[in-house]
Amino acid sequence: MDAIWLIPALPVAGFLLLVVAGRKLGDPAAGWVATLAVAGSFVVSAAVFLHLLGLPAEERNVTVTLWQWLPAGSFQVSFGLFFDQLSGVMCLFITGIGALIHLYAVGYMKGDPHYSRFFVYLNLFVASMLLLVLGDNLLMTFLGWEGVGACSYLLISFWFTDPANASAGKKAFVTNRIGDLGFMLATFLLFVSLGTVNYTEINAAAPKLAGVTATAVALLFFLAATGKSAQLPLFVWLPDAMAGPTPVSALIHAATMVTSGVFLLTRLSGVMAEAGWANGLIAWVGVLTALVAAGAGVAQNDIKKVLAYSTVSQLGFMFLAVGTQNYVGAIFHMITHAFFKALLFLGAGAVIYSMAHEQDMRRYGNLRKYLPVTFVTMGIGWLAISGIPPFSGFWSKDEVLAGAFNAGPAGPVLWFLGITAAVLTAFYMTRLMIMTFFGGAEHWRTDAAESLPEGGADEDAELSVAGHDTGHGAHSDDAGHDHHHLTPDHTPREAPVTMLLPLVVLAGLAVVGGLMNLPFSHRLENLAIWIEPVLAGEHELPGAAVLWVLAILATAGAVLGVWFSYRVYQQHKVAPEKVEKPVLAHAWYIDETYAKVVGGPGEASFDAVAEFDQKVVDGAVNGVGSGTRWIGRALRPLQPGFVRSYALGVAVGSVLVLAFVVTRMSL
Amino acid sequence: MTGFVAVLAATEDIPTPDVDWSAIAPNLILMLGGILLLTVVSVVRGRLPGWFHAVWTISVATAAIVAVVPLWQRVQDSGPESVLAGALVLDGFSLVVTATICVSVILAALLLEAYLRRERLGGPEWYVLMLLSASGGVTMATANDLVVVFIGLEILSVAVYVLAAMHRRRVSSQEAGLKYFVLGAFSSAFLLYGIALTYGATGSTNLSRIQAFLADTVITQNALLLGGLAFMLVGFGFKVAVVPFHNWKPDVYQGSPTPVTAFMATAVTAAAFAALLRVYVTTFGPTYRTEWQPLVAALTVLTLVVGAFLAISQTNVKRMLAYSSINHAGFVLLGVLAASAAGDAATLFYLVAYTFMAAGSFAVVAVVGRRGDGHHDLSDYQGLSRSRPGLALVFTILLLSQAGVPLTAGFLAKFYVLAAAVESGYTWLAVLAMLTAVVSAFMYLRIVVTMYFAEPEGEPRRPRIPAAAGLAMGLCVVGVLVIGIVPGPLSDVANDAVSQLVAVGR
Amino acid sequence: MTLQLTGSWYLVLAAMIFAIGAVGLMVRRNPLVMFMCVELMLNAVNLTFVTFSRLLDDVGGQAVVFFVLVVAAAEVVVGLAIIVAIMRRRQGANADDVSLMRG
Repeated sequence: MDAIWLIPALPVAGFLLLVVAGRKLGDPAAGWVATLAVAGSFVVSAAVFLHLLGLPAEERNVTVTLWQWLPAGSFQVSFGLFFDQLSGVMCLFITGIGALIHLYAVGYMKGDPHYSRFFVYLNLFVASMLLLVLGDNLLMTFLGWEGVGACSYLLISFWFTDPANASAGKKAFVTNRIGDLGFMLATFLLFVSLGTVNYTEINAAAPKLAGVTATAVALLFFLAATGKSAQLPLFVWLPDAMAGPTPVSALIHAATMVTSGVFLLTRLSGVMAEAGWANGLIAWVGVLTALVAAGAGVAQNDIKKVLAYSTVSQLGFMFLAVGTQNYVGAIFHMITHAFFKALLFLGAGAVIYSMAHEQDMRRYGNLRKYLPVTFVTMGIGWLAISGIPPFSGFWSKDEVLAGAFNAGPAGPVLWFLGITAAVLTAFYMTRLMIMTFFGGAEHWRTDAAESLPEGGADEDAELSVAGHDTGHGAHSDDAGHDHHHLTPDHTPREAPVTMLLPLVVLAGLAVVGGLMNLPFSHRLENLAIWIEPVLAGEHELPGAAVLWVLAILATAGAVLGVWFSYRVYQQHKVAPEKVEKPVLAHAWYIDETYAKVVGGPGEASFDAVAEFDQKVVDGAVNGVGSGTRWIGRALRPLQPGFVRSYALGVAVGSVLVLAFVVTRMSL
Repeated sequence: MTGFVAVLAATEDIPTPDVDWSAIAPNLILMLGGILLLTVVSVVRGRLPGWFHAVWTISVATAAIVAVVPLWQRVQDSGPESVLAGALVLDGFSLVVTATICVSVILAALLLEAYLRRERLGGPEWYVLMLLSASGGVTMATANDLVVVFIGLEILSVAVYVLAAMHRRRVSSQEAGLKYFVLGAFSSAFLLYGIALTYGATGSTNLSRIQAFLADTVITQNALLLGGLAFMLVGFGFKVAVVPFHNWKPDVYQGSPTPVTAFMATAVTAAAFAALLRVYVTTFGPTYRTEWQPLVAALTVLTLVVGAFLAISQTNVKRMLAYSSINHAGFVLLGVLAASAAGDAATLFYLVAYTFMAAGSFAVVAVVGRRGDGHHDLSDYQGLSRSRPGLALVFTILLLSQAGVPLTAGFLAKFYVLAAAVESGYTWLAVLAMLTAVVSAFMYLRIVVTMYFAEPEGEPRRPRIPAAAGLAMGLCVVGVLVIGIVPGPLSDVANDAVSQLVAVGR
Repeated sequence: MTLQLTGSWYLVLAAMIFAIGAVGLMVRRNPLVMFMCVELMLNAVNLTFVTFSRLLDDVGGQAVVFFVLVVAAAEVVVGLAIIVAIMRRRQGANADDVSLMRG
């Protein structure tokens, strides 16, 4: 089974081929090459996976050392791939979903002037992501970590031609660099205390770590994860990242890259088991992120932004699971989330595609009549994410919440906050479905773009995102068009079959994904049986009776959310503004304190979240940039250009050096 | 008269030291190669093709590298030796630095050939001076005596002062020459004063004797010695551009002809760091480490921070790279600061990696500068990805390597020095260094973004890429990638070289 | 009472000359004078070397002085050439005029 090197090698080959010949292959051959590369990688992954399935649990891993990266000396690192139960599962869903999204992009990107370049980035991304999960040591993971980050910036700013406008990419860059710093430091710390960066050796030696060290390492890796996986307080870049093409949002900013933080902490479960209170912190950050982001999701009008906040929120659930050492739950939810969130994003992409690249949901309505396939598949995604049994999201979310419930004295509180977020999730997802597919009114026919109520504080951002989306090459044939060319006489048409096929497949997976890990008896917990041998850490689900109660409560919560949303947005029993207010005010408390701490403006509405994001965080990001520039400029007068001033500098320096030395002299 | 005859008739030998010519072969090749070039050219003036000087220089440098190989074997087999009555030392460290300097001569000569042609300048002097300067650098790296260090430094520097001012038509070139010269002489005086004080305190200028003396003797009155250490640090600090002795660097790098800048950034830096390391770590490390480490730590902080922050506020790419090289010097200083075998290996690794990164980057700058060597503004890089996609890609790889992205040489170079610093207990400094790396990453990214995303004002110009410059860039990119992907051989060599860093007396 | 000229007198004198040279380089603007200040510093070092050589009864220190003299001579040659090249371009220039590059 040495063939595992093919798993990352195929996308790399695709990448190289497209770099060399991409422009010649053109549209759509370049896209097909890229798709085939990833699909081939999926086939290899599946073959290795099936092979491992036939082996006893302790032999289920393959290590292939391609070459000694850093040989000799005290510091040995191999360029090695490690395919075991955990990385195998990751490979399967990365390549599987990756292939589907590539296929989708073949149709979605049609006509883009940089068609082949898009697939170059996309293949490079998949290769990096596979290195990230397959690496047998921290440095390999870091390599992939940086690679996916770079591809992410490149793809976020894919449609930006002016660097001044690429603030979304910039924001992603800054937050991710903060995270990377944590990664590097933690790696050093582990290396200095254990003398290795190899995962197997680290997890084996972890019990020897001093408690403080383990906690510090865990916190630093968590810092890295908050950047990459968009958790509080570094989640702000993800909603902005939606400026990129929709397949990118689905692949990178929903299914794969943003979950790498979860993967990293799971991979290091041995260290996490020693990390003490760091785990509690992770759980709390996770659940609060879930709550805050779900709240923010309610106030968005851009369909992709709703999904973006929803992603942040679902990632929060995964970290809640990691923090309660419920790694199986985390991975389970990661996989099902990848299914339904990719589905929702691709569905949203199909809607946007049919609606002439309009992303504002207030201009949709009654689309089920025009887009039956998209409607049905997205409907499945909606039920799955809302946690309605028997769809996949129900099982994984329930597992996460049940695990949290059982996690020490604070468990019930964590569970309650989690279930609140779940209710909000059901609420905003139902809102999305109703605004898009239901309601008799076809708003693009009735409402002109200018007449939309000035609701969202992030209106400008949304419009600019929408603007760039429309600016893309699908409409390069009518160059010089304006942003909003969704005309009242527009008739939405279903997207081409390459785009619909992935939707159908993902919808199927979103329905049956729960089968991976059914809680009825231990025999049915396939995922748990599969992964647990490589995990450390104590974790137990509550007893069967409690489990049933929790499950029923969760279902009730989901139904409640859906029903509430239905009342507001479909039946119009209550004006949306009126109903939103208590909800808005509730989450605003969190935001207000947050805003006060940072010194930003707080406004008494849910939109304050968005406002905060715009003003304070953007300001902070730009502030970091302009601040460093300012420091630089302030230092420049030290360089006046006169020889004598430079000599003075040298002389002053030597006087200082001498002054220091004098303190050490013994005469 | 009879006395004179008696002197002539005297049979007893004047004692002369044994000269092991093979041990100093690389240095001799460089020096004689330079002198011979000058001689040959003056004899057959005008009948030599234009490319002759460059080919000669490259051959000489290659020959010197070839001469290093058997010496390396010898050192690996039978350990380090002292040569020329203890004036020089033959060890792995000096040999690797020698080879590095020769590589930078080759790269700079390739650049120079293209550059001189474009600028309509000529003459063998450029190459002669470069070879002599390299010989000075090798002397510095091999020195086993403070006086030899000083002489090597002067041979290196005096030639570079001239090279900096060699572009007759550029005012800024002469300005660079004058600034470098006045300040360089100033700082040499500091170095020399430090050597004098050290001599007074230890009774010798020979490094191995100083080391032995310090190991045997407990100095109760250490004022002289510490003063000497402080003054020498100023002298070395100036050469490697440690803040606050750095301020010549941006002006000189910007003003000098770009190939000369490339030579300075690589050969001069490597030689100066080699000498700094040998004096401070090897000689004074075992006994006086605790005295200079806090000082060097403080200087490292300043160097890292000032280099990164000032680089960001620049709009001239050449100047940006000059400031970024100050930041790099801070990283190398981390390796020196560690004062351990790992630190020495890391320093050496960084110097080799930086040679490729810096030479390649300045090669791109030289090409984009176009005739007159003046188009170095950030706006001159707008649209480069379209007019010269290959050039933009090369620059991107080199800049990413400077920023420390994995799978490039820069990542491992940074990683090794940081690991060495952490191992020696300077975790806080490693954190700070990483922060400054983030700051300078902004700057590198800014250049990359400008090349790829900025719309050029008017028609983007296609800078001509001469074959020689293209070859130099190719070598640098290959070097950066090979070191990044298969660093094994180099890190083996660095580790072997450092374990040999033992100053040996007679 | 006769003044005992011990070694430290020479050392202190040398240190003072060194300082005078260093300050001179910073306050004067004529490149030639600045350069002479460097020479002053180098000669201060020579004096230090010779003094130590006597104190330590070691001839090595005196040998160093010869090297320093040679190096100083080489620097003069190069330095004057650069200064003359600049002076020829700009009559009566002082060191502060040479400040195109800054920041």
